[in-house]
Amino acid sequence: MGDHHHGPAKGISRWLFTTNHKDIGTMYLWFSFAMFILGGFFAMVIRAELFQPGMQLVEPAFFNQMTTLHGLVMVFGAIMPSFVGLANWMIPMMIGAPDMALPRMNNWSFWILPPTFLLLASTLFMEGGAPAFGWTFYAPLSTTYAPPSVTFFIFSVHVLGLSSIMGSINIIATVMNMRAPGMTYMKMPLFVWTWLITAFLLVAVMPVLAGAVTMMLMDIHFGTSFFSAAGGGDPVLFQHVFWFFGHPEVYIIILPAFGVVSQIIPAFSRKPLFGYDSMVYATASIAFLSFIVWAHHMYTVGMPVAGELFFMYATMLIAVPTGVKVFNWISTMWRGAMTFETPMLFSLGFLVLFTIGGFTGLMLSIAPSDFQYHDSYFVVAHFHYVMVAGAVFSMTAAVYYWLPKWCGRMYNETMGKTHFWISFVGFNLTFFPQHFVGLAGMPRRIPDYALQFADFNMMSSIGAFIYGASQILFLYNVIATIVAGKPTSEEKVWDGAEGLEWTVPTPAPYHTFETPPKIDPAHAHS
Amino acid sequence: MFSEAKRLSKLALGPVLMLLSAAALAAGGEVNQVNMSPGVTEVGRQIYSLHMIIFWICTVIGIGVFGVMFYSIYAHRKSRGHEPATFHESTKVEIAWTVVPFFILIAMAVPATSTLLEIYDNDDADMDIVVTGYQWKWKYEYLNEDGENVSFFSNLRTPQSEIYNSENKGEHYLLEVDEPLVLPADTKVRFLVTANDVIHSWWVPQLAVKKDAIPGFINEAWTRTDVEGVYRGQCAELCGKDHGFMPIVVNVVSQDEYQQWLGEKQAEAAQIKQLMAQTFTMDELMERGKAVYERNCLACHGGAGEGGVGTAIAGSAIATGELSGHLNIGINGVPGTAMQAFGGQLNDVDMAAVITYQRNAFGNNMGDMVQPIDVFNHKKG
Repeated sequence: MGDHHHGPAKGISRWLFTTNHKDIGTMYLWFSFAMFILGGFFAMVIRAELFQPGMQLVEPAFFNQMTTLHGLVMVFGAIMPSFVGLANWMIPMMIGAPDMALPRMNNWSFWILPPTFLLLASTLFMEGGAPAFGWTFYAPLSTTYAPPSVTFFIFSVHVLGLSSIMGSINIIATVMNMRAPGMTYMKMPLFVWTWLITAFLLVAVMPVLAGAVTMMLMDIHFGTSFFSAAGGGDPVLFQHVFWFFGHPEVYIIILPAFGVVSQIIPAFSRKPLFGYDSMVYATASIAFLSFIVWAHHMYTVGMPVAGELFFMYATMLIAVPTGVKVFNWISTMWRGAMTFETPMLFSLGFLVLFTIGGFTGLMLSIAPSDFQYHDSYFVVAHFHYVMVAGAVFSMTAAVYYWLPKWCGRMYNETMGKTHFWISFVGFNLTFFPQHFVGLAGMPRRIPDYALQFADFNMMSSIGAFIYGASQILFLYNVIATIVAGKPTSEEKVWDGAEGLEWTVPTPAPYHTFETPPKIDPAHAHS
Repeated sequence: MFSEAKRLSKLALGPVLMLLSAAALAAGGEVNQVNMSPGVTEVGRQIYSLHMIIFWICTVIGIGVFGVMFYSIYAHRKSRGHEPATFHESTKVEIAWTVVPFFILIAMAVPATSTLLEIYDNDDADMDIVVTGYQWKWKYEYLNEDGENVSFFSNLRTPQSEIYNSENKGEHYLLEVDEPLVLPADTKVRFLVTANDVIHSWWVPQLAVKKDAIPGFINEAWTRTDVEGVYRGQCAELCGKDHGFMPIVVNVVSQDEYQQWLGEKQAEAAQIKQLMAQTFTMDELMERGKAVYERNCLACHGGAGEGGVGTAIAGSAIATGELSGHLNIGINGVPGTAMQAFGGQLNDVDMAAVITYQRNAFGNNMGDMVQPIDVFNHKKG
């Protein structure tokens, strides 16, 4: 080794063989953005077909492939890897560590992703088409009645799970072992806390998902009947196993987003985060509750009434810690000195729209009402408020917030704000009317609909095209910043920002904290 | 079909309509409806009032939370010269906003629990109907203690020409069936919901019934209404290609009308029995077979037998091969594939007709005929 201050290798081998957390973080972020564009393209096909009643552009079978791949690519390809990328970049810099604890595994957990998504996307060109059973892939539609490509889908899910588990183990090992001296748990930035808890969720539930798809594989190829009633199996078992993974998965997506806005709102309010301790406890409570609420996705499967009541009460309880978080963010802003740069705008957009998604979530938790909401567009509206305005808005905020630190150049603020407002309008135009059609009785995952839903669907499609187009502006702004943004070398790019990442030079050098920083013991937390 | 201009003007009115929603609530199934409909059942009204209570609680909390937030955004901004405070915790406030929501939740849980218990009260039904989901149609079977069960399939009636835009769409586009479910008013009807292939979900918003139809399970649900009328719904659980094309139509009629309808259905069943013993001409079989084909086969095998989800029938080895092989596939299906066993879905007359049709249409021109008795004998083995 010799020289400790070596820079990155040259050419393609830098990226293929890198064990540097910043390089790997960058690759995760670009990869997830590529998947965001791909999944967005599938969404555009869906909204174009739903622009008017009647079948215009695609056939129903292909439409189902689009909804399935849209969900899978967005959840597993865009949102989850984007937060892993952010964790890679930021966690070592936030806790004063030189790199991730397990750098070679870090390289591996990224590099198995691109081939996996290539495999998943290739099913579109296979005989029988891509998986068409929804991202929740309920058996027996995904087993006995699935296209042959389902086997490739199962393999993809296995590898994705492997990647997630490795990424999580790495984050847990890093946070537990590599904190700078004096960086106690209760001094860690909230983003680190939320990711630590998320990583435990991932390690707990990814094997359950692997179990579900393995049982599918056995049913399809090896004559078992886990999910086939004809052979004495139980199709509802699939849903229990899936949602035992699937509900924590929802929090896996949203907890790091909570972490991001908990960094950004204090920075632009110029005031410390309100209720840091209660934020940590609320995050842990949400994580715990996420394991005992899964069957609220299954109120209509015919559970016994005692089961319904248990899952209803447990689900309603989630409103308490989630409420604590929202109240804390607003108290952080209260009597601050706020400015509204792009990261703050996206965080506030998150706060408002995620709260609306939380309200509809509370409505959905009420089992009797859910008999009317379930599998309607009301649910589609709800989870897009949480996934897009929640996770994606906060991720966008994170990119604008830390991009100057990453590349030493400022993005174009006007363009950033324009991006926010177009996104905000486009998003709401897309998803707000979906509440209406859902309540009026439009089921989800249908390629064509009754005439009474026509107007709101057209609005929704127009909104989706606007939201989709605004991402091109985002891409342009990011590339323009990296290539020709106004250079900045201020360590603290934002005057209100707190945390160790703002103590290293800008742009952040290839290696940071080769010697651990000194943590001020009087400082409560960052 | 709506004119473009009319639709665009309605688009602009969307937000206004949202505020005027109360007017649209009563009836349901209306154009640009923005809220849940209370429907026509007591359970539906309870669900609706629960929905509205929670909605208003959320709205009030939302106004409070966003009010504070937007006031803060307005007042505590740097550009107004506001100096930041430094406080960052308050145990009292934090305990308050943990405990108060807890009590609000209890207030919500009480009515929710009682409505849920009402929904689950499947006892003392006056009549039972087995609802079976098929890819992609519903089968209804009236369990009749004295006399024969009445049973029939309910298929989408909207023609392909409307779906593919070569004809104007009708008023009940995609929400119309060939044979609706007929229910008597003022009667507690219990549905025994199951499925033949994949999971479906039987949902009629106006009756406030949604229950998953799961192969191997029999789920219970019930409804009772005193409002006669036609109520429309759809399959709510993704069930494959034509998930969007298996609507539900329920016709609630008076007791007298219901009895009359039931009598007619029973007579019809008796008539089919007679037809089974009859011998048909080629033209009769072809005419009946075409209709049966369009209702049952076309979705997978295509309008010209060209195939799709299913294999092609035009020129296929099966349809131009041995007759008994063709009958066997029609009756028993192909296990492990989407080709169902139609032996239990079609009566012998329809089966004979559709096999004959498949062998003589689409250029297959086999020239042979199947009579109901052949189907009967084949089933007997």
